Order: sequence, then structure tokens, then C-alpha cells
Amino acid sequence: MSSVMKPKRAVGIVGYGAYVPRYRIKAQEIARVWGGVGDALPIEEKAVPGLDEDTVTMSIEAARNALARAELDAHTLRAVWVGSESHPYAVKPSSTLVAEALGASGEVLAGDWQFACKAGTEAMQAAIALVGSEMADYALAIGMDTAQGRPHDALEYTAGAGGAAFVMGPVENALAVLEGSYSYVTDTPDFFRRAYQHYPEHGNRFTGEPAYFDHTLQATGNFLELMNLEPRDFQWAIFHQPNVKFPHQAARQLGFTRDQIMTGLLAGKIGNTYAGAALIGMTNVLDHAKPGDRILLVSFGSGAGSDVFSYVATDKLNARRDLARRTAFYLGRRELIDYARYARFRNKLVMN
Amino acid sequence: MAENLATHWRLRAQRYQLVGSVCSKCAAKYFPPRQVCPKCRGTEFEPLRFSGNGELYSFTTLRSAPAGFESYTPYSVGMVKLDEGPLVEAMLTDVNEDELAIGMRMEMVTRKIREEDGERGLLIYGYKFRPAQSRAP
Repeated sequence: MSSVMKPKRAVGIVGYGAYVPRYRIKAQEIARVWGGVGDALPIEEKAVPGLDEDTVTMSIEAARNALARAELDAHTLRAVWVGSESHPYAVKPSSTLVAEALGASGEVLAGDWQFACKAGTEAMQAAIALVGSEMADYALAIGMDTAQGRPHDALEYTAGAGGAAFVMGPVENALAVLEGSYSYVTDTPDFFRRAYQHYPEHGNRFTGEPAYFDHTLQATGNFLELMNLEPRDFQWAIFHQPNVKFPHQAARQLGFTRDQIMTGLLAGKIGNTYAGAALIGMTNVLDHAKPGDRILLVSFGSGAGSDVFSYVATDKLNARRDLARRTAFYLGRRELIDYARYARFRNKLVMN
Repeated sequence: MAENLATHWRLRAQRYQLVGSVCSKCAAKYFPPRQVCPKCRGTEFEPLRFSGNGELYSFTTLRSAPAGFESYTPYSVGMVKLDEGPLVEAMLTDVNEDELAIGMRMEMVTRKIREEDGERGLLIYGYKFRPAQSRAP
């Protein structure tokens, strides 16, 4: 263990924004179709994108919310980075489209990141570095997904849709200040999708101990030790949430309480939003945090790795919070659909 | 072979961001942008990014859709009177037909409009409108 990562110039979150599509399917409804066991479902319901939604359109709305809170013109962004496992094109960046729609195109870096559920926080690490090195004043990091689960597979219950966008910038303008970050990565084949394949493969129980728990616990444990912090020093903690059980278990093993994690644990209501999962949990925490609160943000991505961040909310948070729609708005905007409409929305019907 | 790429590229600002034009001479606002001002015959314009807020002027629902839009049926289209003045025709989204009412507040969102050439072609994105929702949860 060496040290945590800290930028030379102090960096923070200047603006943040969430997005969740309007449609929901209950896990109970999926269980009805496939004969699943009703009392052992991993979540209550998950968000489903509409027919005209994908990672690009959802990123645009989340990013517009983030820019509104940042009170910045889009041209101040020097990078637009989108992390996702469901980019609409195999070749052609989502990020150029998002940048164009925001009005940030031209003098800007743009690129797509891919690291299963960790792609969004990887983009956040890079945005911190870009601002922290003084190469840029503002950078946009997005984690967004419309993940597909194979019908009748365990992941069909949880593969949701949603995510969040963060404008990173200099600390003087921040609503939450970065204290430090960390990352822990190994080559662990717990979940993957080959080129041209519609649905991913996963290692069932193998996705737990050697993948999610090993990386999440190593990364968080090392980070806390290096920062000389303890779980009780944090008012809030967000863990990656492929279901509801895993983040509860990780939090308990690390010594975090239920009260610390519940505000940032949204998987029960919107499913696993993959690259967006930890980040959208962070938006809901920022919607509720007070100036001075310390927030732990921990992602996990299959393949596998975990990013950890510690932020402290500033007194700018209260004034910026209602410059865009809160995460609770998107959680409450909800139209329930049955499995038949879900199959249509998710292109599971053969039409030709 | 991908077709119409230049057309889609040329329209990106108006489609993604609702960029129209304002006449430099008489300040009339247009969407889509114009080359000649019908009010004062002026030919000088500045680009103008519309707020995307307006109200529903009229609407109808399509059950038999034109080519390229079949997968969305039934879907509603509407005319939205923007707060800045122009009347815009667009697809409506995130809404069921029975929730629509003339005069209701609308807001612009950027969504997927259609896919060119089946699974091989360009994805076309652009403005749609949905009922405006308050900021508070």
C-alpha cells in the first residue's frame, strides 16, 4: 500500500445531475413469467428505458441537470466523458453526441469509457486528474447504462437503467470537496460480454466473494487506513449496488451502519444501473447532505475493480441543490409496465 | 452505404439543442432557422438557442406511422408554442395520449428519433416534447 490519490490542485464536485427513465417493472412480474420464487427476489422493481431512450439521451438529461447546478456555460467544459457498458454504437463515441447536445462541442476532450459498472467512476477519476493537474478547469464525468439481462437469467431481475453526471472543477467553486481517491483492480473474469453478443455472461456465485466483495472491501479498507479515517467519520456511504443484499453485506463487514447507506442505496427501486449505480446513489446523498458532511463513494466494476472517493459537502450545496431536479423526482416519476411491454421496450421480440 | 449523412450533420444544432435564428434587423425569432425574414426581408441572422419551454397548441396520435417510425406506434405528435414565439411540430414522449391536453406546459428533451437503414445505419437524435414537470419531487 502506498498512498491515496490526491490532485495537486484541490478539486471538487461543482454540479451533479441524475436521470432515471419513467418505466418500471416489478421483480415479481419477472418471477411470474419465469416461475421465480417470489420471496427471494433481489430487488423490488427496476427502471426500464422507453423506446426512444438510450445511454446517449439519458446522459444528455443528467448532464443538463449537472450543468444547471454548476451554473456554468457548456463551453467551460474541457472534457465530456461517458462511462457505460451500453453505448448505442460499437464504433462512434456517445460523448461527442452528448457534448454537441450540451453545446460543449469544439474545444473539448470527449471519449467513452468501458469498465462494466466502474466506467462512470473511472471517468470521474480522470476528470479529477484533468482538473487537478490544471490542464482544465471543468470536466464532465458521466456514468449511465441501459443494461440488458438475458431472459430467465438472474440478471434479468436487476439490470436497470439510469445514472448520473458530475461536473468536476476547482475547489473554490465546489459543492463537495474531494479529500482523496483510491482504486483497486485485478483481472477477475466474473462478468463479460463478447463483441456482437446481445447479452452478457456471468459467473453466478463467482461474482460475489472473489469479485464484488474482494475488490470493494480491499479498496475501501485500504483507503480508510491510508486516510486515517473510520466508518464513523462519515455521515453517508454509497456502495455499488448490483442488488440490495451485496451493499448491505459490504457495509456491515466494513463497519458502516444501515443509516449511513440507505439514502445512497437505490437499487431496490431502480435496479442495478451499472456504470450509473454508485453515482446516482451519490446524487441522492447530495440531495440530502448538510454542509460539512463527509461522504464515502465506492464503485465496483466486473473484470474487476473498485474506485473509492471521500468528499466533504460545502456550504455551496444548499444553494445549488434546487437548481435542477432532485433524484427523488426521477424516483417518483413512475409508470409500471408488464413483462409484455418490457419485452417490447427492450427489443426482445423478433420482428423480422 | 450510409446516406443523408450530410443532411443529418447539418441539422445537429437545431435537432439536439433547439437552435433557431433571430433576425438581426427586426429581432423576429424563428424555429427552424430561416434564410430570409418574412417580416422585414432581412437576411442577417444570429443563432438563438430556444429555452425548450412552451405550451401544447394541438396534438394528435398516430397509429399508422410513416416509414421508419413503425416501432413507436401508437405515438403522439404535437405543435408546441414556444415561450419565445415560434410554433414547433415534434413527437411527444414520456406521455400517454389520455394525459395530453391543449394548453398544458411542455418542455424539450433530446431523444432518439429513428434508426436509419435497420441495424446498420445512423441513429438519428433530436428534440421531442414532454409535459413539463415541476422541479420539486
